[in-house]
Amino acid sequence: MSPKAGTRQGWGFVAPALLWTAAFFVAPFALMVWLSLSRLEGRTVVPGPGLDNYIRFFTEPSLLRGLVVSLEITAVVTVVSVALAYPLAAIIAFRVPRRWQRVVLVLAILPFWTSYVVRSYAWLLVLGQGGAVNAALMGLGITEAPLQLSATRFATVTGFVHFFVMLLTLTIYANLVQLSPNYARAAADLGAGRVATFVHVILPLTLPGVVTGAFLTFVLCMGDYITPQILGGNRELTLPQLIMMQLGRRGDFPMASAMAVILMAVVSLAYLACARWLRVERI
Amino acid sequence: MTRAWHLLGWVYLALAFGFILLPVGVLVLFSFQDGRLPVPPFRGPSLRWYADVLADRRLMAGLGNSLLVASVSATVALGLGFLAAVGLARHRLPGAALLRLVLIAPMTVSYLIIALGLLSLYNRAGVGLSLWTAGVGHVVINLPLCFAILYAAMGPHLRAAERAARDLGAGEAAVLWHVTAPMLAPALLAAWFLAFTFSWDEFIIAFLLTRFDVTLPVEIWSLLRSGISPRANAIGSLVFLVSVVVVMVVQLVALRRTRR
Repeated sequence: MSPKAGTRQGWGFVAPALLWTAAFFVAPFALMVWLSLSRLEGRTVVPGPGLDNYIRFFTEPSLLRGLVVSLEITAVVTVVSVALAYPLAAIIAFRVPRRWQRVVLVLAILPFWTSYVVRSYAWLLVLGQGGAVNAALMGLGITEAPLQLSATRFATVTGFVHFFVMLLTLTIYANLVQLSPNYARAAADLGAGRVATFVHVILPLTLPGVVTGAFLTFVLCMGDYITPQILGGNRELTLPQLIMMQLGRRGDFPMASAMAVILMAVVSLAYLACARWLRVERI
Repeated sequence: MTRAWHLLGWVYLALAFGFILLPVGVLVLFSFQDGRLPVPPFRGPSLRWYADVLADRRLMAGLGNSLLVASVSATVALGLGFLAAVGLARHRLPGAALLRLVLIAPMTVSYLIIALGLLSLYNRAGVGLSLWTAGVGHVVINLPLCFAILYAAMGPHLRAAERAARDLGAGEAAVLWHVTAPMLAPALLAAWFLAFTFSWDEFIIAFLLTRFDVTLPVEIWSLLRSGISPRANAIGSLVFLVSVVVVMVVQLVALRRTRR
């Protein structure tokens, strides 16, 4: 086969997937950006280009607040999830006997495979007024009346942390088992204690995996609608909840599009911030 | 000191497992509740809520719709991803790095944004919402996944085998069908099942892009509006069971590959 014919054949193979992505991902995205520059007057979309929606977003406290709430929740969730998942991944990788590791890992991420809706609902059962946690607390005589645990930010964060601890345990574990034990051995030979070995050798070597997982956590957490909607109550709304509200109440596609673009921009900024350590092909 | 350290590790492992498995445990346990509320104290076990759910025509229609959308969209995503992976692994295309980036891109975007974009597109084009409009969205999110898995699985040994088959006179279609696909069988299966679970569990795209016929997660969502009930536990447990079975199949397939 001549090189030219080969290239043509190669394009033939790639074309269907490329066309699909162009038609149903790139084009909708372009349309969304264009819509975000238009305006809704009454029920009709007035074509722009103008920055009205963006100006309104950053000047209306109730809208801007959604971005702040989302960022706060996401920051807490990312930090707590990494802090909980790292020791778990390390224990599975270094303490659990090799032939059991696969089984333990599959069990550790089993609830990962429940759907988003069902997982959040399950937390509602656990944290609700008559739920398992309150029943246990009152049964043990720790509290007299049920605590308000659901319909709070605490509940949203718990639901998120639950999901992302599983995700991060998986990515950090994959990183840890790739490390040769020779690194730790060399550090010990050179006189490093357990803590020094961890801080100066193991942690830096696994940082790319941690950052990749943390970035994934950030992206998925910022964009999620279900968990705060089911667990968070209505006292404060996240950015995705506000986007859904624009769609539902007024059918304000331009405003919803502008907020989606802002969400994308925040995620892109996070990507740039940790691009140094990120290897997207590993995701 | 070392013993205390060891013990602490096992305690942490146990606590972490408790945290991770608690909600699913509560969900499944109270699906067997013999009462109107899925909260302690536990009474039962009873299968009445499962009978109730299995007799519910709307939930069962949602289940059927979900199976249909998940299998069709996984198959389309696998087909497109397979061809693209073959094209990029076999041929040196100008701008190959950029092509890979474009194909992977949807993976880094929130489902909500993908759904919103498609909804705007459908509105503009005057396309009515149905199961298929949601299925298109599920192919968009699963195509990068299938492509990435298959592309990573295509090593030099595959190209050598393909060349040998071609030298022996096999046509292009025969090479793909008799050499490439069988050699990639574990990766193909794993990709299909993963895509299936992602579509099966997906909510926001299905919620925004369907109207009269909806998928099971959307049906469960409307069930939740009327508050907590053992019915939701029962259907949630069933959905979970399907996903776990699918994941176990993937695990077995992957395990066989590593043993070989």
